[in-house]
Amino acid sequence: MRPAPTAASGVLLAAAVLLSLALGARHLSVGEVWAGLTDPNAAGYAVVHDMRLPRTLLGLLVGLALGVAGAVMQAVTRNPLADPGLLGINAGASAAAVSAMVFFDVRVFAGYVWFAFAGAAVVAVLVYAVGGGRSATPARLALAGAALNAALYSYVQAVMLIDPAALNAARFWGNGTLASADMGTVRKVAPFIAAGLLLALLLARPLNALALGDDAALALGARPVRTRAGAIVAVTLLCGAATAACGPLVFVGLIMPHAVRAVTGPDLRKVLPYCAILTPAALLMADVLGRLAARPSEIQVGIVCSVVGGALFLVLLRRVKAVAA
Amino acid sequence: MTAPLGKTAAAPAAVRISGARTVRAGRFSVRFRPRAVAAGLLALAAAAAFAVLCIGSGQYAMGFGRVLDALTGHGSPADTFIVRELRLPRACVALAVGAALGLAGAVFQAVVRNPLGSPDLLGFTSGSATGALVAIVYLGGSAGAVATGAAAGGIATGVLVYALAWRRGVHGFRLVLTGIGLTAALTGVNGYLLTRAQLTDAARAVLWQTGSLDGRGWDNVAPLAVAMAVVVPALLLGCGPALRMLEMGDDTASALGVRVERVRLALIGGAVVLTALAAAAAGPVAFVALTAPQLARRATRAPGPNLLPAMAVGAALLTASDWIAQRAFDDHPLPVGVVTGLLGGVYLVAMLAAERRAGRI
Repeated sequence: MRPAPTAASGVLLAAAVLLSLALGARHLSVGEVWAGLTDPNAAGYAVVHDMRLPRTLLGLLVGLALGVAGAVMQAVTRNPLADPGLLGINAGASAAAVSAMVFFDVRVFAGYVWFAFAGAAVVAVLVYAVGGGRSATPARLALAGAALNAALYSYVQAVMLIDPAALNAARFWGNGTLASADMGTVRKVAPFIAAGLLLALLLARPLNALALGDDAALALGARPVRTRAGAIVAVTLLCGAATAACGPLVFVGLIMPHAVRAVTGPDLRKVLPYCAILTPAALLMADVLGRLAARPSEIQVGIVCSVVGGALFLVLLRRVKAVAA
Repeated sequence: MTAPLGKTAAAPAAVRISGARTVRAGRFSVRFRPRAVAAGLLALAAAAAFAVLCIGSGQYAMGFGRVLDALTGHGSPADTFIVRELRLPRACVALAVGAALGLAGAVFQAVVRNPLGSPDLLGFTSGSATGALVAIVYLGGSAGAVATGAAAGGIATGVLVYALAWRRGVHGFRLVLTGIGLTAALTGVNGYLLTRAQLTDAARAVLWQTGSLDGRGWDNVAPLAVAMAVVVPALLLGCGPALRMLEMGDDTASALGVRVERVRLALIGGAVVLTALAAAAAGPVAFVALTAPQLARRATRAPGPNLLPAMAVGAALLTASDWIAQRAFDDHPLPVGVVTGLLGGVYLVAMLAAERRAGRI
């Protein structure tokens, strides 16, 4: 990693963290934020230490997970429009988690996170298969994802109709939100995301080889089948954990890898670390935007992501010529 | 034997060309495939039969024969009242919505040349839902306001998708991707509107979004029926032949004399109007537009978009789903959208199996 872009990304991330700690229903100065973090007797301690700190940490983890997952998916499908949200993987995780809540009465994170992993894994395999496997075009894969998204969405809605209590919980969680974060969730989600990140970084070099096509990759000593399987495990860990923690988020994993590649070029050994720094920054900014847009109430970060991300996606579509069917 | 074909050639001559038959009567000729006609008629009969079964089910249950008697005016006054005033409108909504969605789906799948390219995946029903949610959450949500909101939202989304996908013409894949992007964004907007609502309104909005035929009457079917009376003949007769050529690709179609962009705009416009008004009548019933054309194509084994069979299959699918939804749990009728949603899952798995057989995965 070159020093100048690394420093710039670090500054951006630090700024996003500071804004996320300082802004909200009550704005705080930098001094107040510092006092709120360190001094249990300060006026802002309850706001900063108990509410905004876990929220910010969760945002960092989830952003990292989705950015890295998006970059890995775009590499393994060789498809510039792959995204864990658009391809239904987050929806699979959330449908499984909602099922766990309603049918098995699993209300704690440590319980339903396993359902979320199962849901994410099943959809990851399904969308790749329905989308046409290795002969998939971007449009086809996106359609397969949209169809799975629609099927899972109508399933979640059916569940919500049967159980009004689930409707009340899921209509907030189902949009994707960081607002309910606490340190317990952060501690539980961190190991899964760390494992997923580690696996993704180990796969960077073989995935680079895979970008040349399976034959060339084999000639270079890569193992395509093993690499793809590993990528699916990594994506499942990252997306399942992120979705179980804060609900399904769309477009985060699509836009940021594009922005990063525009600077670094296609080498995943550079793309993945930058995604791991810059996607959390973007997600925190989106969260702050949601808090500022509807003060003193707030708009969930998932909604900000889908609206802002949707607009950027449409811009991207007009720019990327290579998406021809 | 070279007598010119005129009005005197009364005996229709049947000519066989690649599984299709042509019947000529005077100056007019109709080319058809017997299997396609049989499949279409079978689907139509199934739609009618399921409609009768739907009319017969409910708290006041009636047998097949009693419903037919009431429909033809031979039943008891009570039966006649219940059938004609209360349950027939709902069955008509189901038939019309199913047919409209089947046709719209067939047109879209042919235009974007992809078996998954259906209006509910390309944002139009999400737009309808946005319109309906605005009506429910902010405008009090009378039935008329919800229907108007749904129709307006769907049509506005259609215009937006077309405009955003335009770049010296609208190509199928760009339309698909633009639609999917907009669907995702609108899903976020819809989720936000749900959080703004009171819990009772939210429950109502979720029920609407699922797609339901409960409490639908003549005033729900009227706008859709009027639109179908105009749009369906226009699509079938005006654009049907051009659509078959469009399926071969833009270059081929335009070499064969099709004004590609103009025809495509007309096709998309007609299909969007049908989808939006169907959503206004029954909510965004999922997957009928996706599955009906595919089932029709498999049943007829005919190439081309199979527009008429798709309509019949759509009507049969929706009435059958409604019958299942009413009967599945005796005390707890489901909204029809739940059944069609599950149907979509089955369809996707079937597609998966077909891909596997074709050796693509």
